Amino acid sequence: MALKTDAVGKSWPAYEYEVGREKIREYAQVMGIDNPVHFDAEAAKAEGFRNIVAPPMFVVVYAAGGMGPVLFDPDVAMNFAAMVHGAQEFEWGEPVVSGDLITTTTTCKDIYPKDGKGFYVFETESKNQNGDLVCRATWTNIVRGIEE
Amino acid sequence: MSAKEKGDKIDGLKVTPDKYVPHRYAGASGDFNPIHIDSEFAQMVGLPSSILHGLYVMGLVAQSAAREAGGDPRALKRLSVQFRGMSYPEQEIEVTGEVIEADGDDVTFDLVATQNGNQVIRNATADVTYG
Repeated sequence: MALKTDAVGKSWPAYEYEVGREKIREYAQVMGIDNPVHFDAEAAKAEGFRNIVAPPMFVVVYAAGGMGPVLFDPDVAMNFAAMVHGAQEFEWGEPVVSGDLITTTTTCKDIYPKDGKGFYVFETESKNQNGDLVCRATWTNIVRGIEE
Repeated sequence: MSAKEKGDKIDGLKVTPDKYVPHRYAGASGDFNPIHIDSEFAQMVGLPSSILHGLYVMGLVAQSAAREAGGDPRALKRLSVQFRGMSYPEQEIEVTGEVIEADGDDVTFDLVATQNGNQVIRNATADVTYG
């Protein structure tokens, strides 16, 4: 299958996620993180956070909803059977705390062939309710066995 | 001052995720792809068994970097990784790393996550600021 590149430059509607403290605790627990700033509001405030704070990688929780529909977009035409998650980059800004409303927008930065594989590069930008950037992410998916 | 220098090794971490971690991580993250939670499905698509979520392993790499910089969640500024292999529950994952750049409190690590001699995440670079 030739590589379809129609989606390059496309942006998708913003995805909203409201951060809850139990979700932060659940995430921190499964990751084995025991810092009280992820569990206890007083401990978090004592460290200068506005509320119970999410670990940086909690971005997978609030931003993934911005990525999901993108992969199912017919312009992207993702071949899931041959897809792997190739690379990932996160750049963090303002910490995310319980009660924040995070808005994530997704853009397709590039789709290109290399060594018989298709590289799909998406960027998500997540901001909180004050308009502060909390995380910019680059998601790279690789699809094996394309025609160049 | 971090007093870190290029070439300094970081403590890293060793974790053996129990067999239910992929289920709990699926619940926490919302990623219920059956290759992580259904061994029969995983075998049907050619894997030896169900596999860990790549972003879970990236989470362990993130923790190693943040812990090294003092454990404050604000310490980690940027993390970039390449996923290079499958990893499995009930087998130890080791994260190791070293300093590749140091400018006062701003330090960059190069990290690797290994399981059974396979580098499952490599070329990981983390920018941290020591608090």
